[in-house]
Amino acid sequence: MKTADTLVALAVQFTGLSLMAFGGANAVIPEMHRQAVDVNHWMTNQDFAALFAIAQAAPGPNFLVTTLIGWKAAGLAGALVATAAMCGPSCLLTFWVAKAWDKYRETAWRSAIGAGLAPVTVGFVCSSAFVLVRAADTGWKLAIVTAATAAVAYFTKLNPLWCLFAAGGLGVFGLFS
Amino acid sequence: MTDRPVAGSPTAGTPTPWGLFVTFFVVALSGFGGTLPFARRTLVERKAWLTPEDFTETLSLCQTLPGPNIVNMSIVVGARACGWRGSVSASLGLVGTPVIIVIALGMLYSRYGGLETVRNALVGLGASASGLIVATAARMAEPLLRSRPWLAAPFILVAFAAVAILRFPLPYVLIALGPLSIGAAWFWKKNRA
Repeated sequence: MKTADTLVALAVQFTGLSLMAFGGANAVIPEMHRQAVDVNHWMTNQDFAALFAIAQAAPGPNFLVTTLIGWKAAGLAGALVATAAMCGPSCLLTFWVAKAWDKYRETAWRSAIGAGLAPVTVGFVCSSAFVLVRAADTGWKLAIVTAATAAVAYFTKLNPLWCLFAAGGLGVFGLFS
Repeated sequence: MTDRPVAGSPTAGTPTPWGLFVTFFVVALSGFGGTLPFARRTLVERKAWLTPEDFTETLSLCQTLPGPNIVNMSIVVGARACGWRGSVSASLGLVGTPVIIVIALGMLYSRYGGLETVRNALVGLGASASGLIVATAARMAEPLLRSRPWLAAPFILVAFAAVAILRFPLPYVLIALGPLSIGAAWFWKKNRA
């Protein structure tokens, strides 16, 4: 695929996902994965798991995996296009709605939309977890790391960054090779 | 940066576009492993730009709308303070530097991702990062399954099966399931009222 075509594909894909990312970027990970790995072959499953991990370990909002997908697909221009497409449409919508918000804040349909979208969003985030676990856990030791991190993050208030660094450290010492 | 506490006077902080830029810049870079808790501490407690109630309500708006929640938050807080200029400066402050950082990390990955040590580290990091999303999913599911299991569980399961197992494109699933689920929530709320 030519670079220009890739940029257009990134722009179209992430503009759509921007407006569908109810509950944030974590909900649309499965679609990012499908497009980047299965449909467009921008990267392997392992690349996707690695880029997601880098975005989680880096400071800043967690939608930055978008930037890295764009980078991997089409370099610097791809990174900027993907980031702008993921943020732009939802930002414009939010800006516009924020001004009208006071009128609607307590209406029944607004709370029905929120309550109705919540279970679907949760199903999507569960799918994100499924897709990422399948990409990342290529052995039983890695599955234990996943389970341990999930348990720590769910049951304790420890900063999850410690788990990421510990797991990366164990990897450096060759535990998973 | 100047960081004067304005305790006891919730209206004392009057943000300027530059102040918004700097504040969200600090929030972004301090927010390892999730920016929201830090955003709350900064906006409510340290800057006092928002009351706790304002924050909760703004967050619920930002979570109802699509898009990255914290970016939406910067848009709303910026807009209330300084109109579109505020939104632009707050969101650029939030997103600009992290984007540069991850691009630099992406460059390192392209260059050194093939080295064995780096690959081994990333394999461990990836397994751990996927565990974080498992925990996020569990934490999001728990209150729904507690408060209305029979309403929420079917939609969670169908959405999961369609996207994760059958690998349907997510947009179609959202367009098919979203209205049904909103309708169900509407009737549930009406019958409870």
